[in-house]
Amino acid sequence: MLNFDKEFFNIGHLDALSYKKTFIHQINPGIKLVVTLFFIVTVVSFSKYDVRQLIPFFLFPVFVMSAGDIPAAVVLKKLLVVSPFVLFAGLFNPLFDTSTAYTVSGINVSRGWVSYISLIIKFILTISSAVLLIATTSFPGICYALEKMRVPRIFVMQLLFIYRYLFVLAEEAMRIVRARNMRTFGKQGSGIKPFINIVSIFLLRSIERSERIYHAICARGFDGRIRLLKNFSIGIPDVLFAVLSVSAFLMLRIYDVTELIGEAALKH
Amino acid sequence: MHMSDALLSPAVGGTFWAGSMGLIGYCAKKLKERMDERMIPLMGVLGAFIFAAQMINFTIPATGSSGHLGGGMILAALLGPYAAFIVIASVLTIQSLFFADGGILALGCNIWNLGVYPCFIAYPLIYKVIVRPGSGPKRLTAAAILSAVAGLQLGAFSVVLQTVLSGRSELPFGTFVYMMLPVHLAIGLVEGFVTAGVINFVKTARPEILESVSASKDLSPRYSLRNVLAVFLVLAVLTGGALSWFASSNPDGLEWSIEKVFGKPELPEAEHGISLLLSKVQNRTAFLPDYDFKNKNEAPADAESGGEWWPNIGEGTSVSGILGSAMVLGMIILLGMGIKVFRTRKA
Amino acid sequence: MSHHIIEFNDVHFTYPDRTEALKGINFRITHGESVGIVGANGAGKSTLISHMNGYLLPERGNIIIGDLPLNRSTIHHARKSVGVVFQNPDDQLFMSTVFEDVAFGPLNLGMTKESVIEKVNDALTTVGCLHLKDKPPHHLSLGQKRAVSIAAVIAMQPDILVMDEPAASLDPKSRRQLINLLREFKHTKIIASHDLDLIMDVCERCLVISGGRVTADGPVKEIFMDAKLLADNNLELPLSLQRR
Repeated sequence: MLNFDKEFFNIGHLDALSYKKTFIHQINPGIKLVVTLFFIVTVVSFSKYDVRQLIPFFLFPVFVMSAGDIPAAVVLKKLLVVSPFVLFAGLFNPLFDTSTAYTVSGINVSRGWVSYISLIIKFILTISSAVLLIATTSFPGICYALEKMRVPRIFVMQLLFIYRYLFVLAEEAMRIVRARNMRTFGKQGSGIKPFINIVSIFLLRSIERSERIYHAICARGFDGRIRLLKNFSIGIPDVLFAVLSVSAFLMLRIYDVTELIGEAALKH
Repeated sequence: MHMSDALLSPAVGGTFWAGSMGLIGYCAKKLKERMDERMIPLMGVLGAFIFAAQMINFTIPATGSSGHLGGGMILAALLGPYAAFIVIASVLTIQSLFFADGGILALGCNIWNLGVYPCFIAYPLIYKVIVRPGSGPKRLTAAAILSAVAGLQLGAFSVVLQTVLSGRSELPFGTFVYMMLPVHLAIGLVEGFVTAGVINFVKTARPEILESVSASKDLSPRYSLRNVLAVFLVLAVLTGGALSWFASSNPDGLEWSIEKVFGKPELPEAEHGISLLLSKVQNRTAFLPDYDFKNKNEAPADAESGGEWWPNIGEGTSVSGILGSAMVLGMIILLGMGIKVFRTRKA
Repeated sequence: MSHHIIEFNDVHFTYPDRTEALKGINFRITHGESVGIVGANGAGKSTLISHMNGYLLPERGNIIIGDLPLNRSTIHHARKSVGVVFQNPDDQLFMSTVFEDVAFGPLNLGMTKESVIEKVNDALTTVGCLHLKDKPPHHLSLGQKRAVSIAAVIAMQPDILVMDEPAASLDPKSRRQLINLLREFKHTKIIASHDLDLIMDVCERCLVISGGRVTADGPVKEIFMDAKLLADNNLELPLSLQRR
């Protein structure tokens, strides 16, 4: 399959997952958004040499993944594809920061390696929680939550509009790209000139589409404002979820749980 | 180039979040003041367009590698800076969720790096200055290339600053700048070329679309000469500072950095200079030290005021730490599998 | 008096690129009629429809909707009484859930929240799509999208329902469901299409448009039997009549 198709179907898959009906999916989108953000900030607040303190935080993504019935492969694939930039930028830590941090059975482990591992763990935690947020929450739900949080209306509308037309336009782009690739041989035809033409024509079609949409919404009494009706109520399970997770994150941030458990185990 | 959560400290991430959200609010207000109703569907569809167009690859001439469109300058030229900024911000928001590009905390940085520079610097200060009503395609091409290059250079420089300020990566400032800027110069040239091609195409096929943007003055910020000069001054100081910093620590340029980076793992002599400078700057600047996060109102992390720059790792604690980590990880995995089994039983 | 009237008197329209799309259109549709508008590609059907709710205003001639002449000040009235279902449901359904989309029109009319919810549920029930209300439009089939865009328009309770190519690219079963649905509507219906079989099934009267003019106006059965008239207008006998 072509690259483009793969990306397109990947988004579609995530989106389809978000319409499941598990306990996690039914939690108020705004609550989930805030909890996820809180999680991410807590994780990145650890110092660059913290490794074991980060381990207990795997609880959150693992819990959401299993309770939300999200296949681990979806999350793992995202982690592998996403941002080689982090791996690259972190690679310099072991090279530059060579003073010894641990000596484990005679082998010196440098601070650089410790901070690299910490960085990778942070990367896994933050990205997987973001992927899981979208896999367990319908995107319109997140937008309605943003609107409740007083994010400017025009920005929320913009998000909703993109989400709505993303699939329509991506399909159109996919057809154009397929047509190009079917007539492309080697590098011939995939260069920058045909690309400019493709993008230009695609852009014009998109602008024309926006004119048709304008026509259609005018027919239904559009006056420059788009009113939303959806009302998401916050119930007891939502509050419970928020309070439990936030206090768990705080506790894990303050107390070194791993260390405590390890010591207890050694005593026995 | 997308910034990533893992490379950020909460302070840097939070600052840029606040900055970007503030700008979104400002742009929304500006747009509300005098908005053409047609803009709402146009902005929405163009956002989806950019999203989809970024998924199309093309072969970059002479290199064989493949590139894709950024689109910031195309949006600015079509919509004016305020609307374009909102569109870029929304596209990045959706990408941070659906593609996990960067992550949610890094979103603030990414909106800043890819939105602010094309919309509020490159467009008004370069593109608008060069392109006049009735400018020919050559002039337009020059404007598009210059502004795309400038926007991307500033964005790339910003990525470096954010990474270095966060202190999660050891990547030395000079080396980092030296790697990012030339790469983004190449990317910027290609982006500018594509931008120019697309804008020229639209200008021929549907000239009224571009005219409507340049006609509606309300949708473009007006800069006074003094503001422009002030911005240039700040930029000059920033670049000058960066360059001299870089020059003093890296006398032999790229060869040096490659050899040091990939050849010898030990801390090179020149490196002390950078680290020393960095830590000096860090001590002086208020929001730099990692845990000075207490003043931020959104600070959930302020419980951890005991966090420290150099961790205190003793021999004894490391064993229990490793053991504990393994046990905790094991428990979490078991728990996850337990829930899965429970789910399938129930279903 | 009746509100269910739409009248075109010598309507002319030229696009900014100098294409003369309408060159003197005359007709009058009264309460409860179901009228097909047929014509080849580029005959002016879409331009005609754009005039019915004031998206485009005539350059010359006049249009009467209900009792009021259509002009800038009565556009709101026209959009309330004439509901237009557009050709491509992806252009029409722009909100990210079915429910929000159907609610868009009623909310713009300033109805209360409760009555909006009621109207939306009624409209979705009518087209048989109530179970889809929380879905995003991109998860729907084309037939479902078409049904939902009809619901989005009938939720506004228009007096006159106008449709542009309602059956375009529908599979046979969805097309049949749509025809059954349209037959049930008691609204005044205007359907523009070159699917003559659909017009045969749903409409009693038919206008033939060619070159921006009305070239024939009469009962569907008479017009569709006239092979020469159809051929002159770049149309063909409906399949159901060809077999005989």
